[in-house]
Amino acid sequence: MRRTPLYEQHVKAGGKMVPFAGWEMPVQYSGIIAEHTTVRERVGLFDVSHMGEVWVTGIDAEAYLQYLTCNDVSRLKDGGAQYTAFLNECGGVIDDLIVYRVSSEKFLLCVNASNTDVVFEWMSAHKRGSVAIENASAEFGQIAVQGPRALSLLSEVVEGIEVADIRRFTFVQATLANVPVTIARTGYTGEDGVEIFIPAGETRAVWECLLKRGEPYGVLPCGLGARDSLRLEAGYPLHGHELATDVSALESGLAWIVKFSKGDFIGRDALQNQRDAGVGKVLVGFFLDAPGIARQGDVVLDGKGAEEIGVVTSGTKTPTLNRALGMARIQATCSAIDTQIKVRVRNREIEGHVVSLPFYKAQMA
Amino acid sequence: MDFPNDYKYTKDHEWVLVKDGEAIVGITEFAQSELGELVFVDLPSVGQQVTQNGALCVVESTKAASDVYAPITGTVAVVNEALQDNPGLVNTSPYSDGWMVKIKDFSEEQVAALMSAEDYQALVGA
Repeated sequence: MRRTPLYEQHVKAGGKMVPFAGWEMPVQYSGIIAEHTTVRERVGLFDVSHMGEVWVTGIDAEAYLQYLTCNDVSRLKDGGAQYTAFLNECGGVIDDLIVYRVSSEKFLLCVNASNTDVVFEWMSAHKRGSVAIENASAEFGQIAVQGPRALSLLSEVVEGIEVADIRRFTFVQATLANVPVTIARTGYTGEDGVEIFIPAGETRAVWECLLKRGEPYGVLPCGLGARDSLRLEAGYPLHGHELATDVSALESGLAWIVKFSKGDFIGRDALQNQRDAGVGKVLVGFFLDAPGIARQGDVVLDGKGAEEIGVVTSGTKTPTLNRALGMARIQATCSAIDTQIKVRVRNREIEGHVVSLPFYKAQMA
Repeated sequence: MDFPNDYKYTKDHEWVLVKDGEAIVGITEFAQSELGELVFVDLPSVGQQVTQNGALCVVESTKAASDVYAPITGTVAVVNEALQDNPGLVNTSPYSDGWMVKIKDFSEEQVAALMSAEDYQALVGA
């Protein structure tokens, strides 16, 4: 089991450590609900050092990524970030990721911890042109600072730049606690905030600085539990839940990042055929209207409970909305907003209805 | 951590207290701290037959659903309706307001054979 550079900080802070994707990670410190609420109302810190980082360099770096990912990398400028995915030939999702463009010949990819090795193998096996790829995961620590007060806190501790000038889905170099860092205005909570890439050995200094200077802002360290409930309210997919190698990107809510117009990419032919034939299933959000909580794998039925129409991909009762909700992959013909459904939870069928995603949208400046 | 002396316990972290001819059942302080804050308790129906070590109810945190097993065989006489609106009672008051069900038609011998507070405390190493 691997440990991030912040393992001792987590244990000291009362973090409840659990195995996750081969890492020992804190699932919670003070409690999932308190941590979730802190991110919605104040500011939370997440250790995301387990995420994988891969460098792609060389004169063909952009063309290579354009072929390997489904979004349009050519739209990125230096200092820009893009949400995208690696697809297989069938259009299934190997992983979702963020691509950071340093220059047209240098990109940093941030991939899921659970998929880092698979992704690196996939990238190596599909190398084309003059590119070098390097799994740099061990070199980076990563901290997410998320919440309505995140930028105020950062503006106090970051030197060399105006934090407020970092636009969403861009990144800059700066100094924090005397450490050279890369700050990206991205996140996985539905709140404003940043993700900070740090030289692994300096991660502790940055974490402790943010915790200490964050006290007046009501900062709390937050674990994987809150990360999951926050991303679900924000309608963000998670690989292993909404996204899977054997499920088409078009049936996973990723149609908005599949750019058929950009030219060839792996998975394109399969998705084009599927699009032409009609996409049978789609990812939707739902609320339950009777007591109970739906979980991944629960069967979704039509409103009469007569026919199975799909399956729950993620579900919980979330703190901000205090409602049982989830995402499900169901037949497109039953996916209109307000369509009545039932979810089979253990031996009961619980009424619910389809709603639009996201469940929660922050009021951002 | 608290282990009331007059309660009986199971290795699955349920407790039983016999009072006025009924066996009150809940989960231990250790169990609630392991589960984290509960957001839903799926209670059985009144009149339902339950079997020792069989399913009794399900407690759910934000993260996951966990089974609670019947410590004894019997019939569900009463369920704690207060948990519908306030499942957090299991966290804040596991041995009192956070009780889950009262069981009737049970065997006193089955209760007597459950673990003592001392043995349970040794089990969880608290």
